[in-house]
Amino acid sequence: MTDKKQADTQVSRRNVLKMSAGAAAISGAPMFFTRHAYGADYLNNPGDASSVTLGFNVPQSGAYADEGADELRAYRLAVKHLNGEGDGGLMNTFKPSELKGNGILGKKVEYVTGDTQTKSDAARASAKRMIEKDGAVMITGGSSSGVAIAVQGLCQEAGVIFMAGLTHSNDTTGKDKKANGFRHFFNAYMSGAALGPVLENAYGKERNAYHLTADYTWGWSQQESIQASTESIGWKTAQNVLTPVGAGDFSQYITPVLNSGADTLILNHYGNDMVNSLTQAIQFGLRDRQVDGNDFVIVVPLYSRLMAQGAGDATKGIFGSTNWHWSLQDEGSQAFVKSFGQEYGFPPSQAAHTCYVQTLLYADACERAGTFEPCAVGAALEGFSFDGMGNGPTEYRAEDHQCFKDVLVVKGKENPSSQFDLLEVVEVTPRAQVEYPVDHPMFDGGDLGTCNNGV
Amino acid sequence: MFKPSALSDWTLFILFSAAILTMPIWLAPLGANYPDLMQKFAIFGIFAIGFNILFGLTGYLSFGHAAFLGVGSYTAVWSFKLLTMNVIPALIFSVIMAGVFALVIGFVSLRRSGIYFSILTLAFAQMSFNLAYSVLTPITNGESGLQLTLRDPRVLDAAAGVAVGRSLPSTNLFGLKMSGLPGFYICAVMLIIAFFLSMRIFRSPFGMMLKAIKSNQTRMAYTGFNTRPYLLAAFVISGMYAGLAGSLMAVTDPLAGAERMQWTASGEVVLMTILGGAGTLIGPVLGSAIIKYAENIFSAFNTSELRQIFDFMPDGLQQVSVAVSSMFVGEAWHFTLGLTFMIVVIFLPGGIMEGFRRIGGLFRRSDAKAGKVESSAAAAHS
Repeated sequence: MTDKKQADTQVSRRNVLKMSAGAAAISGAPMFFTRHAYGADYLNNPGDASSVTLGFNVPQSGAYADEGADELRAYRLAVKHLNGEGDGGLMNTFKPSELKGNGILGKKVEYVTGDTQTKSDAARASAKRMIEKDGAVMITGGSSSGVAIAVQGLCQEAGVIFMAGLTHSNDTTGKDKKANGFRHFFNAYMSGAALGPVLENAYGKERNAYHLTADYTWGWSQQESIQASTESIGWKTAQNVLTPVGAGDFSQYITPVLNSGADTLILNHYGNDMVNSLTQAIQFGLRDRQVDGNDFVIVVPLYSRLMAQGAGDATKGIFGSTNWHWSLQDEGSQAFVKSFGQEYGFPPSQAAHTCYVQTLLYADACERAGTFEPCAVGAALEGFSFDGMGNGPTEYRAEDHQCFKDVLVVKGKENPSSQFDLLEVVEVTPRAQVEYPVDHPMFDGGDLGTCNNGV
Repeated sequence: MFKPSALSDWTLFILFSAAILTMPIWLAPLGANYPDLMQKFAIFGIFAIGFNILFGLTGYLSFGHAAFLGVGSYTAVWSFKLLTMNVIPALIFSVIMAGVFALVIGFVSLRRSGIYFSILTLAFAQMSFNLAYSVLTPITNGESGLQLTLRDPRVLDAAAGVAVGRSLPSTNLFGLKMSGLPGFYICAVMLIIAFFLSMRIFRSPFGMMLKAIKSNQTRMAYTGFNTRPYLLAAFVISGMYAGLAGSLMAVTDPLAGAERMQWTASGEVVLMTILGGAGTLIGPVLGSAIIKYAENIFSAFNTSELRQIFDFMPDGLQQVSVAVSSMFVGEAWHFTLGLTFMIVVIFLPGGIMEGFRRIGGLFRRSDAKAGKVESSAAAAHS
């Protein structure tokens, strides 16, 4: 009895073995053979589908979450306008434009979102999900240069277009530039070039600057740019201290500034980090100090209205630069502020502006190329000159996929008239002054490579 | 699977392999059959299996395993940068490097047990994270993450005369690109090997020794065994598993970031193992798959998708349903995860595997074999 039972189990066990091995081989095999069987000429080709999917990859948590939330609002608004809903916003002022308000190439625009968590790993994972699972034909977003560069690299490898959102590091279109990646936002070099003369006028030639710098690609490249620019007007650099991103408490970094003999503090911080470091610097009484007869001053090279809002009174009288500001009076800016304000009840930030513009630029390039194929869209964007997007005449330089346009130097308002009216535009630095050759040392060492269609 | 003692290990192994290799098919209805997520399933499966060798067998709870994951990733990316884009050297060096790290950290941490051991490993991992994040920036590239560049030497590739184009080269296995499905299959094969090794360890005298340490270390010492070498061996093995997982992360996506070493990553693998069932063979893999699935699918749900799901309801009810369910998905998926974890730990301390056993037990009770099942479950438990 027992023996018989054992024999039974053995037979069935062997069967199970055979069957499962067979099943594994048979079901696994098609995976190897069908992979390249799709007849698409580029990745995620929408083909005859009635809609096309874009991927919006923004930080919804972490030090840059405020920027990310505003970027997402702008993307939603852009999708609305592209699909012919709402008042059309910048589509009315953008020229030359092929946008018709019927989606892109007649296909309704749909979108998926992802949270980058301001971390390269998480950002790449969510971008991969949007490309592999949701079939996104373009990825856009940012709000940290580290993340933007990581995702740009991924898009290059996967074969979709990446329209960078808020990323200010020189490396995005410098040593890490990619053929599939495009940036409308300005960069650290431009900030330095625009700020230099303004700082010279305001604070003179004899200054000793102390840098606190966010310890990643953006901080490094902004610090390098600002140091070069301030040293060219005769300033000295006392020290550069690197601080971890998202540190929260900066007091341990600010205390040494008091005894360093420096009379200027340059905060290469952004987002919540800048809000915290600036507020703490003011609390430590830095701005009430005098060093060698000079008033102690603070400079925040990359400014945004969201940060000014977070830091409150601390930003009064502090200089910085910005890509765009809602108080600009040109037709495009006005149109954008109006439709954003109607939708959400407050003015857009510079992050929102650049993301909105990037979406429209991508859609327009698709219309002009007549396809979503990344290489054709890229070719349509390269060297494209346009106007009416709020920054004046702008050009996508073909050699490095960087937009060239005027840069705004701003200052924290002494007497704000509303909770949004926190920055005043001090100077609009013309494009010629912030332009640089492609092989400028700060941008050297990269190669666009060849564009990738993903198949 | 429901009754470990009744199923031969070989059958379990074959079933497991078949299930892993056919993932692209049976995950399709769940919307999870895209390469990146399946790679994550396999990679974190390896990570959790390795963690389980330490925690499940010896009961030593390490809160710093992510450090080895990070070491593996960094080593792999450096191998891509300096030697070759072929993945074999990267995998080998990563495992060795993680093993060396585990040896050092384990040697110090294992002088203590219980909570002190956990805190020591946590401290070491946090140290490694901070080193990678800011101090060792030349090696790790800090917050930006270590990435490939066009100027990397890649000496072996250069010696073999592989032409460097204008674009970054991809990781490959003798020419087969490691992105997409091929990347998944290499992770899957590694997972199957890892599972097999773990199974052999569980069934070996060495595994028995580790289980004995878990049940009563003092008694072990009284009978004349020096337990520390066994513990250290288990720690190093599980560190090497983590290194393998880390290098596979770099193989499928050649970038290494310091956040991989953060304590949250260490905590995650603890959650995975306990959720699935510590001390069981399959449990850790199951737990890691559930957590990664939740992270990737639940976290991506937004209100418009929820509205579509509840479309069949009348308007008011739909809004209420959307409002209530949006508390559990999207950014709030951590809340769902926490809730699930609490429920599992309170009602099923043995994890999901215990749930399976109980369900299996219900069916067998009618065969009047309940006592046997209970005892086997208890044996697998301890």
